[in-house]
Amino acid sequence: MNLIQIKNCYKVYNNGVTAIADLNLTIQKGEFVFVIGASGSGKSTLIKMLYREERPTNGSVIVGGINVAKLRNSKVYKLRRKLGIVFQDFKLLPKLTVYENVAFALESIGMNSKEIRPKVLKALESVGLKEKVRSFPNQLSGGEQQRVCIARAIVNEPKLLICDEPTGNLDPETSKEIVKILDNINKEFDTTIIMATHDKEIVNRMKKRVLLLENGVLTGDYMKGSYKAHESN
Amino acid sequence: MKAIRVLSRGIRDAFKSVFRNFSLTTAAITCSTITLLLVAVAMIISYNVRSITTDLEKELTIIAYLKQNTSEEEINNLKEEIEKLENVKSVTIKDKDEWKIELKDYDETFKNSLDYFDENPLLDSIVVKVKDVANLKETTEKIRAYDIISSADYGEEAAENIVSAFDIIEKFAVIMVAALVLVTSFLISNTIRLTIFSRRSEIEIMRLVGASNAMVKLPFIFEGLVLGVLGSIIPILITVYGYIILYDHFGGHLLLSLIRLVEPFNFIIYVSLLLLLIGSVIGMIGSYLSVRRYLKI
Repeated sequence: MNLIQIKNCYKVYNNGVTAIADLNLTIQKGEFVFVIGASGSGKSTLIKMLYREERPTNGSVIVGGINVAKLRNSKVYKLRRKLGIVFQDFKLLPKLTVYENVAFALESIGMNSKEIRPKVLKALESVGLKEKVRSFPNQLSGGEQQRVCIARAIVNEPKLLICDEPTGNLDPETSKEIVKILDNINKEFDTTIIMATHDKEIVNRMKKRVLLLENGVLTGDYMKGSYKAHESN
Repeated sequence: MKAIRVLSRGIRDAFKSVFRNFSLTTAAITCSTITLLLVAVAMIISYNVRSITTDLEKELTIIAYLKQNTSEEEINNLKEEIEKLENVKSVTIKDKDEWKIELKDYDETFKNSLDYFDENPLLDSIVVKVKDVANLKETTEKIRAYDIISSADYGEEAAENIVSAFDIIEKFAVIMVAALVLVTSFLISNTIRLTIFSRRSEIEIMRLVGASNAMVKLPFIFEGLVLGVLGSIIPILITVYGYIILYDHFGGHLLLSLIRLVEPFNFIIYVSLLLLLIGSVIGMIGSYLSVRRYLKI
């Protein structure tokens, strides 16, 4: 089953920069995909189109049956409820505790507090932060903050988890931990994960599908690939 | 159920935000308090002026006295003719016997002097009410032109001046109220803009996790509503107590017994409700302007 289907997709920004050119791509349900490429290669644009922060200029981007290109602003929330997003800069609310930060995602979509509690605790447990529910973000390490961000992204049990350089601000050890958590989520809940990254070591070790973008063009799509694979090409 | 939850969350967030940004909201509430207070004063003046004007206009009639020994037929013919004039609302005949009874009741001196005559020395008259007080003078002139009219007069000129002065006051009050309402909605809009700014990361996350537009907008609309309502409390209290004290102090009259103030009940209740309504509408419009402009959803 195709979770993501991208056909003849172009993205040209208003200033004339072509960020994505003629992209064709399908991603199946349950896959773990790395998106790699240098800065300015179109990684972020691709990621942002998946959650409709950017709109394709041409072609179609279908995520979970919704055509992002045709999605009206007022209906964007329907897409966003199907997916979770993890950011490089965490985007946690400093005045809320860990629990409240995760619960905020469910409150925002109008869920009642009885339903919220077990879901939040389950999500925090799967990222190993159950003991820190009462802590505030500034009392946590970077890795822990990123785990809160992951818990918030998966609390609504999305089919797709989009990670935009989730380890970009973290040291190698912590990065490994985070990727391990993502891998567990992928295996345990069969959640599709797309992760944009610069981290060669992680990509090489994980042996997952790798998409290589160069100047907005998809130049490599390797199953069980790695940086090495494309370097040897 | 979900709608109630969304609504109560919106209201809760609105109050939270009002208290969290205390200095900012105090400024907005103070501004709307002052504005609504002026609106209240303008409304009270304008409404009273209108009531006084209507009162005066009711009293402003042309009384035309007929020459002695005019026959009843002539009077009736004249009445019909005057009725055809433009600006004439109604014509009633008030003959000398009616005048006699009225004058006798009015004063002891009149009674004595009238009793002195065997025959009624008074004149028959017709009472003319006009449609538009502004043209009172011209209509009087026209009536004076008839042969059998000995004299025609209307109420004091002073009354006419009062009416036109009040007219200007009323127009001025309406313009002032409109301007103030505009200023307040901009102020509230500005306050909401700042709260939107201070909560932008919260809004960003809400949108990323799939909050619908209504969920994002509602707290701000409620916040505007809360600001407007809080701003209308003091003006309402001042209106209610102030007007009652004012009314009692003047005994319901201003200067002349002719100028009657509007009775406090139910007038102040309407004014209070109107203030509350204006406050909440201004608040919501103000916040809607900001939400539309700065949320871009």
